[in-house]
Amino acid sequence: MNLSKLTIHEAHELLSKREISSEELTKAVLDRIDKVEEDIKAFLTVDKERALEISKKVDKEGDFSSPLAGIPVAIKDNICTKDLKTTCASKILANFVPPYDATVCEKLKSEKAVIIGKTNMDEFAMGSSTENSGFFATRNPWDVDRVPGGSSGGSAAAVAADECIFALGSDTGGSIRQPASYCGVVGLKPTYGRVSRYGLVAYASSLDQIGPITKDVTDCAMVLNAIAGWDERDSTSVNLPVPDFTKSLVEDVKGMKMGLPKEYLGEGIEPEVREAVLSAAGVFENLGACVEEISLPHTEYALWAYYIIAPAEASSNLARYDGIRYGVRAIDYDDLIDLYKKTRSEGFGREVKRRIMLGTYALSSGYYDAYYLKAQKVRTLVKADFDKAFEKYDVIIAPTAPTPAFRIGEKTGDPLKMYMSDVCTIPVNMAGLPAISIPCGFSGGLPIGLQIIGKPFDEATIIRAAYTFERATDFHTKKPAL
Amino acid sequence: MKITIETVEHVANLARLYLSEEEKAEMANTLSSILDYMDKLNELDTTDVPPTAHIIPLKNVFREDVVKESLPREEALKNAPEKERGFFKVPRIIED
Repeated sequence: MNLSKLTIHEAHELLSKREISSEELTKAVLDRIDKVEEDIKAFLTVDKERALEISKKVDKEGDFSSPLAGIPVAIKDNICTKDLKTTCASKILANFVPPYDATVCEKLKSEKAVIIGKTNMDEFAMGSSTENSGFFATRNPWDVDRVPGGSSGGSAAAVAADECIFALGSDTGGSIRQPASYCGVVGLKPTYGRVSRYGLVAYASSLDQIGPITKDVTDCAMVLNAIAGWDERDSTSVNLPVPDFTKSLVEDVKGMKMGLPKEYLGEGIEPEVREAVLSAAGVFENLGACVEEISLPHTEYALWAYYIIAPAEASSNLARYDGIRYGVRAIDYDDLIDLYKKTRSEGFGREVKRRIMLGTYALSSGYYDAYYLKAQKVRTLVKADFDKAFEKYDVIIAPTAPTPAFRIGEKTGDPLKMYMSDVCTIPVNMAGLPAISIPCGFSGGLPIGLQIIGKPFDEATIIRAAYTFERATDFHTKKPAL
Repeated sequence: MKITIETVEHVANLARLYLSEEEKAEMANTLSSILDYMDKLNELDTTDVPPTAHIIPLKNVFREDVVKESLPREEALKNAPEKERGFFKVPRIIED
């Protein structure tokens, strides 16, 4: 048996019965990394020695009551890990070693999960293909000439290639769901405020959220259980009771009302993707759900409002990279301003500079009302579309992305084309909603993702719908030939 | 909206970035075409629509003012590119 292929719940069962040890499982995952990493390049750092040491410690303690105990996890490299390099895939943070853990890492460690490494991403999470990494591009395990999606492309590729048992990503405009869709795995963006952002390197603070990337929906519920909850160190985390999400792993969508927005199935959506989503809707109907076409009229505007709001917040958040307190400092400089400018110009990649410029422009004197304020008003309209739909529907189903994974290099020359690959995921962040992407089909051997969007703080219902779909289909059991 | 090289230079200075001539030209082009798309937002009448800065109604969050352990100085300085005698080191900013 190849242990690296296991899900969390399968591994947990074997660990609990002492049929395998965490050390064996961790070794199997590290061997898998040795075998396929040259082709996939999902990791920026593999923390081999420490992972083995921790797995041995977990074995020795022998307490596998937590479902995550002894399970190898990969962490996106914008989530701080104490004493383990965290670069955001940026040259400006190439040597940054956090002196503290993000809350989610503290929580995983207290559940005795084994952190095996840090995954590649688009620099500062700005991108949709992981090609904007300051170090190297990650490849899609289903076709190494294609992108894994982004920005959490390393995490999604690592899960799909069995280079970890599960991973964490972050999602600002689709960065968990879109790569999960491209790599044929499960990715959940929780409701804004459900998971603490403490220790997540900020890109766009009003949109960022950490979430799980897993091999199936059961694992997704288990990881969300571990990472959700209020945190006094994140003033935007919400103090609401966290249900046990594994209680939602129930095969039942009878009477569930599902909206299918026509704006997500129109122009720009590839026919194979549309067909896969429509046949998923058919699966739900056969299982007793009621699916109806709806309209979310501001969908297209959400994309353009996002590309004002996110860069505006980014331009402010990234002002901190000045070469003073951490990160790489330029070598020759005349004075303080010159030091700032040289450090930032040498340290940031092209897309990061583009978004800083766009955001700075949108916030600058004379343009604030025309762009930033206007975008915030449009955000209100986008949210109102969803509020209205959720008066009548329990969930909304849609494609996660307009196409399957595109070719490496296909969109790097045209940022607008790249931005449009986020058109199906961005509105969800603008409205702060939870949404999951699960495999729902293939096109030319490439996975297609189904997105299920829920009401605020109602991850339970989207997990139930996703689990029911997963039990009725076998898309999640398919593995890339590597 | 056409973005000129002068505007690019002004914004780059605000953002504390140096751009090469090639980067400035590319940035002027790309920003112009991105902002053209942004103008689509003007199709919407938003006169009476309140802005949403944040999806959750945010209030000030207070906590008790109690003494707690903080990051040790050595740890806080660990990542500093230059440090001296327990301080971050920066170029001189005050003239003699």
